[in-house]
Amino acid sequence: MPRPEVQAPPEIFYNETEARKYTTSSRIIEIQAKISERALELLALPNDGLPRLLLDIGCGSGLSGETLSENGHHWIGYDISESMLNVALEREAEGDLLLADMGQGLGLRPGVVDGAISISAVQWLCYADKSSHEPRMRLKAFFGSLYRCLARGARAVLQLYAENMDQSEMIMMYAMRAGFAGGIVVDWPHSSKARKAYLVLTCGPPSIQSYLPKGKGEDGAMCSEDEESDDDGNQTVGIYDRTRPKKKAKINKNGKGKEWVFKKKEQMRKKGYSVPPDTKYTARKRKAHF
Amino acid sequence: MRLLTHNMLSCNIKGVTNGFPLRLEAEKWVEKEVELNADFLRHIFPKIEWKALAGAARAVDYCELPEEADAAMLDSEDFLRRFHHALLEIHVEEGALVCPETGRGFPITKGIPNMLLHEDEV
Repeated sequence: MPRPEVQAPPEIFYNETEARKYTTSSRIIEIQAKISERALELLALPNDGLPRLLLDIGCGSGLSGETLSENGHHWIGYDISESMLNVALEREAEGDLLLADMGQGLGLRPGVVDGAISISAVQWLCYADKSSHEPRMRLKAFFGSLYRCLARGARAVLQLYAENMDQSEMIMMYAMRAGFAGGIVVDWPHSSKARKAYLVLTCGPPSIQSYLPKGKGEDGAMCSEDEESDDDGNQTVGIYDRTRPKKKAKINKNGKGKEWVFKKKEQMRKKGYSVPPDTKYTARKRKAHF
Repeated sequence: MRLLTHNMLSCNIKGVTNGFPLRLEAEKWVEKEVELNADFLRHIFPKIEWKALAGAARAVDYCELPEEADAAMLDSEDFLRRFHHALLEIHVEEGALVCPETGRGFPITKGIPNMLLHEDEV
């Protein structure tokens, strides 16, 4: 099975059947809980028993939120899939849920949140699922709004499955541009299945707080048997389908046509490339000389 | 959606500069009892926009919050109880959030506000 990201947009992919898995499969539940516990640990909240206001971005069925609730925190969950949120309602998630698209920005007041976690969600931003989607702009909107809503010195821990190096570099670059300090912590780097990458970001200027914790198993230790057999359940790890299935191009006998060229040029302009201006010569048909 | 979340949300439409507070139009709400944690209330108090909270509480027929509040009032047990009730115990189930600048409504169904924007609003 190819990665979920290449199959369909998140609001379509996480439909009733997919969402159902998150209540019925004890394996998925266990893995999600494990990842969110680790994310909470990396969040390094002061250990004073004080409940905090946290964000869960891509909360889905509220499995990760459950971990937050167990630790006494209040949370606000964002998700784009209605089916997943319905499951969260069934599971009686204690946090508040919002149906929203993280690529459109979070829409919170500045400086109000004490921390944010996100489990297997941010990589979705790297895919353009609609013609209006522009991954770079969406990453910028997401990290910009995340940075604004976090309190000074607060952290965000984003667990993600990047498809390749380019993706993780792009995500990292936009996080840094938004003003975050931090880096990637990799747990079990030598295992293809148990490997988990966490983007640990600190809001505000670099300080002692923004040191990066060590990933688990970095010294070559292998994780135990049962952990070794883990993967995310939605099978996003250990599967190498590197390309998105190609869309069939519609080509008629006159070629792709002027409009197609204009559309492509407009798209490239939106991405910020320098594109020659549209003139009467653009996409003009050559005469047949012979 | 609790009023805590309402107090943090602002309108996200492109070009809107004054998207807070979203006007709450509540049609149905429920109250669920939650244990009071005074430390959390003191921690969150500086981050709360009091006017918006009092306004939202009135929208769900809870009028026992004072118009103005300052940190000194947090010592009063009675005030803490009211603050706690308004902030964490009222769940808005059905209704809408309305952007104060554009008048765009975000419907709330089953307690989940739909904050998705149309393509031309991003």
